[in-house]
Amino acid sequence: MSENSPGPSPAADSADGSANLLEVRNLVKHFPIKSGILVDRQVGAVRAVDDVSFDVARGETLGLVGESGCGKSTLCRTVLKLLEPTSGSVRFEGTEISHMGRRGLQPLRREMQMIFQDPFASLNPRRRVGQIVGGPLKLHGIASGSTLKRQVQDLLERVGLNPEHYNRFPHEFSGGQRQRIGIARALALRPKLIVADEPVSALDVSIQAQIINLLEDLQDEFKLTYIFVAHDLGVIRHVSDRIAVMYLGKIVELGPADEVYSNPIHPYTLSLLSALPIPDPRANAEREPIVLEGDVPSPADPPAACRFHTRCPYATEICSEVEPELVLHDREHWAACHHPLNRGDPHAAQEALAKPDRDSA
Amino acid sequence: MARFVTRRLVGMVVVLFAISVLVFLIFNVIPGGDPGKRICGKNCNNALLTQINKDWGFNDSLPVQYVTMMKKVFTGELVSYSSQLNVDQQIKKGIPITFSLCIGAAVIWMAFAIVFGYLSAVKAGGFTDRALTILALVGISMPVFFLGAILLLYLTSKIQLFPTAGYVSLTSDPVQWAYHLFLPWITLAVLFVGFYSRVLRSNMLDVMNEDYVRTARAKGLSERQVRIHHVLRNSMIPVITLFGLDFGAVIGGGAIITESIFSLNGVGQYAADAITNVDLPPIMGVTLFGAFFIVFFNALVDITYAWLDPRIRLGTEAR
Amino acid sequence: MSEQLLSVRDLRVRFTTEDGIVHAVDGVSFDLAAGEVLAIVGESGSGKSVTAQTIMGLTRSPNARIEGSVAYRGRELLTADDEELMRVRGEEIAMIFQDPMTSLNPVYKVGDQIGEAIQAHRHESDHKAREQTIELLAAVGIPDPSKRVDNYPHEYSGGMRQRAMIAMGLALEPTVLIADEPSTALDVTIQAQILRLLEQLNRDRDLAVIIITHDLGVVAEIADRVLVMYGGRIIESGSLEQIFYDPQHPYTWGLLGSLARPDRPRTMRLSQITGQPPSLLAPPAGCHFRPRCPHAFDRCTRVPPLETRVGENHADRCWLSVEQKKTLRVVKTGEIGLEAPAA
Repeated sequence: MSENSPGPSPAADSADGSANLLEVRNLVKHFPIKSGILVDRQVGAVRAVDDVSFDVARGETLGLVGESGCGKSTLCRTVLKLLEPTSGSVRFEGTEISHMGRRGLQPLRREMQMIFQDPFASLNPRRRVGQIVGGPLKLHGIASGSTLKRQVQDLLERVGLNPEHYNRFPHEFSGGQRQRIGIARALALRPKLIVADEPVSALDVSIQAQIINLLEDLQDEFKLTYIFVAHDLGVIRHVSDRIAVMYLGKIVELGPADEVYSNPIHPYTLSLLSALPIPDPRANAEREPIVLEGDVPSPADPPAACRFHTRCPYATEICSEVEPELVLHDREHWAACHHPLNRGDPHAAQEALAKPDRDSA
Repeated sequence: MARFVTRRLVGMVVVLFAISVLVFLIFNVIPGGDPGKRICGKNCNNALLTQINKDWGFNDSLPVQYVTMMKKVFTGELVSYSSQLNVDQQIKKGIPITFSLCIGAAVIWMAFAIVFGYLSAVKAGGFTDRALTILALVGISMPVFFLGAILLLYLTSKIQLFPTAGYVSLTSDPVQWAYHLFLPWITLAVLFVGFYSRVLRSNMLDVMNEDYVRTARAKGLSERQVRIHHVLRNSMIPVITLFGLDFGAVIGGGAIITESIFSLNGVGQYAADAITNVDLPPIMGVTLFGAFFIVFFNALVDITYAWLDPRIRLGTEAR
Repeated sequence: MSEQLLSVRDLRVRFTTEDGIVHAVDGVSFDLAAGEVLAIVGESGSGKSVTAQTIMGLTRSPNARIEGSVAYRGRELLTADDEELMRVRGEEIAMIFQDPMTSLNPVYKVGDQIGEAIQAHRHESDHKAREQTIELLAAVGIPDPSKRVDNYPHEYSGGMRQRAMIAMGLALEPTVLIADEPSTALDVTIQAQILRLLEQLNRDRDLAVIIITHDLGVVAEIADRVLVMYGGRIIESGSLEQIFYDPQHPYTWGLLGSLARPDRPRTMRLSQITGQPPSLLAPPAGCHFRPRCPHAFDRCTRVPPLETRVGENHADRCWLSVEQKKTLRVVKTGEIGLEAPAA
């Protein structure tokens, strides 16, 4: 990655200083594979996140898509310093946090919260809803006693739960309601950034829409910034301003949501979109889907150069020899590919000129 | 595989070393443990005691004494303080008896545990299950010395169905061998039958809810095939693990009480005698013997486990 | 019209649990013709999986009460004894499940698990069964099948496991394949492969498929006919076109409207269905959707019948008149939904 940063344009500058809430540069997270007879030594690494850079602007929603094992969850956890990064930099509101210790992070933890996928596993079954939601408030010494209770009840009401259910246990709620509890907990400290890791994947369709709408309302109301992780491309398109597509630990495409969906540059993005069944039989019948062959390779031993070349219908020799850089193709639309697609439109042409080996397919 | 075995061997040496040091230290700390005085006996005088201490090396520092003893252990020269008999030979004499007792009991306990556990699980909630549950609980709660005594009292003296005591070697008369060992086998096995059948029952009930059991039914296997091939086999994996550990423990000293009750002069009986006499060399010998088997079966369990559950087998290769 | 293979009539399944009686399936009737792909759509607790498993006799247990009729080519399956049921399973009707990892026995080789199905029904030699297994694995697109046959399930990827499950289902050349959420646990690109495989089997082998799913995208991709289930009942049934372009039941509108679609630009809000799915322990009286339906009126406290009201073979369970439905279901020009999103 060079000096140019795959982030939003300067136009996105807001009144309160820097445009970017979060700046991630060359972030790497490797999980060592250990082996040995008596003393373990490292014999390899699962390259879960491998040299990833992106920015998140204040108030925007960055959608993160990719198949299982692409490193999107690890990326989130590393960004939030729930995992120690192997190398690289994470700046939150201009402060470098990647090397901070627990103590230094403590005040920042309030600003960054996470919502998890499984509303059944992520809530302590032995604690009451009031304790779960109020826990962070108490821990950070923000409220106690009756103030705490009132604040928690306000939060419950805000996420669409009955405030009188303050004393109930998580198992007394349905999946959608539990996810609301998780949202209330994340919201309690009035964070600036919420990382939502597959927040609706475990929910039924009719409940998904409720939760998505709730998250959008809260974003407006509390000026939240979201990193939204999902494997469901429909959900991602609906919630995101910009989208980052990951494949085997790398961001392969990054750009405004509508751009990525209507003019995908990377063949992987195209095949993801094409593989996704659309709930519209006529539209489905019209399109000619690209069905990728084979499985996603292991992140412990990713293919050399372009990691997608083993499954890519457009791959040529260069793809297995030179790793493509993430370059700017169009306004804010980045992609890492030797054979970029959809580059026919005129205003993109100049910016894409830099690449000699243009799309031939 | 080679790596696994190496790791295990190193582990075994470390464990045996630690145990031997512990036994040695404990023996030297406990009151009345002074071996010189014990060998010296009743008509002891200072001259004799000094002589004994000198001959046996009891004046040396503890580490030196330890090293001397361990040397003897490995050369097979370890000699009892009280009886002056060679420890290795005594243990060897006891091995056939202890093995006969333990292996026989193990076969009985596994066979009955599988049958009872299987029936219990298949008829879960029914009369058979409840009856077997009560039986199992009785078996688990019955102390070995009590059960042994009852069996001896009723089946050997009251109705003289079985011989009171003694051991006939397998090679000289297999029928008498089994006949003499029958009661000890039962005594030793009852606890384990109760315990294992319960474990197997609950494992089977868990496995019956697994998706692959549904798949097995869906592909048109008979209920018997489903139960034996899919439910029982998968439920046996944890039971085999337990078995390996328990069997090691039983051979390594767990049969002491049974051997004592039925006057079987096995390794356990030898250990019991040595403990009563506060006789370090046999205690050391028997402890190491027991520890060896426990560690050995532990390793064997791991290998068997890998064989039974392929996920573990290849897990070590890939990661 | 092609031959009717399966005929389900007024199927009711109740389970006795500690909390009370769960009315999992409440009067379900449908037919399946040879070579057809029937999708049963619904959310968790709608009774779609229980219906499918009951057809195969997999829900039989002392706690279950099963009523009604399931007939395969005229043979009643609900009252069939174990022996009869065994012959139907695998030979006539096969089933594959959602999670191919847990649905395969981890301690047996994949090939052995398929061979086991063959040998349980046909008296084949080990060698013959193995050869057939390899052929099956090749047919479902597993690369290098003669080597892969000796792998354990954990050595397969998720997609390959589901292929292996399908191979197992095909082993005895059934006429019906029931696929219970076959692609839900898989990634999008792998899901596409599996759906394509199912389509191909349906076409090439004339295999009738019942696909159980919550994903309307999957339905749109491969189904010929659709049953929408809610709270243990079928609330609408019709052809693919009818369900997607002329839905009659408010719940179907809600489902279609609440989808975040990848082929549409971001709209401000999703149209949503408020509230929670009904409890099967104490389902609401009358129409099960009534508590969540903004168009409910007094008549809805009685259960509406599943009746054909518009077009052929398009039935729904709603008291609203056809005209009312036409106006009520439009939330935005060209868009169907239950309720226009609140401002």
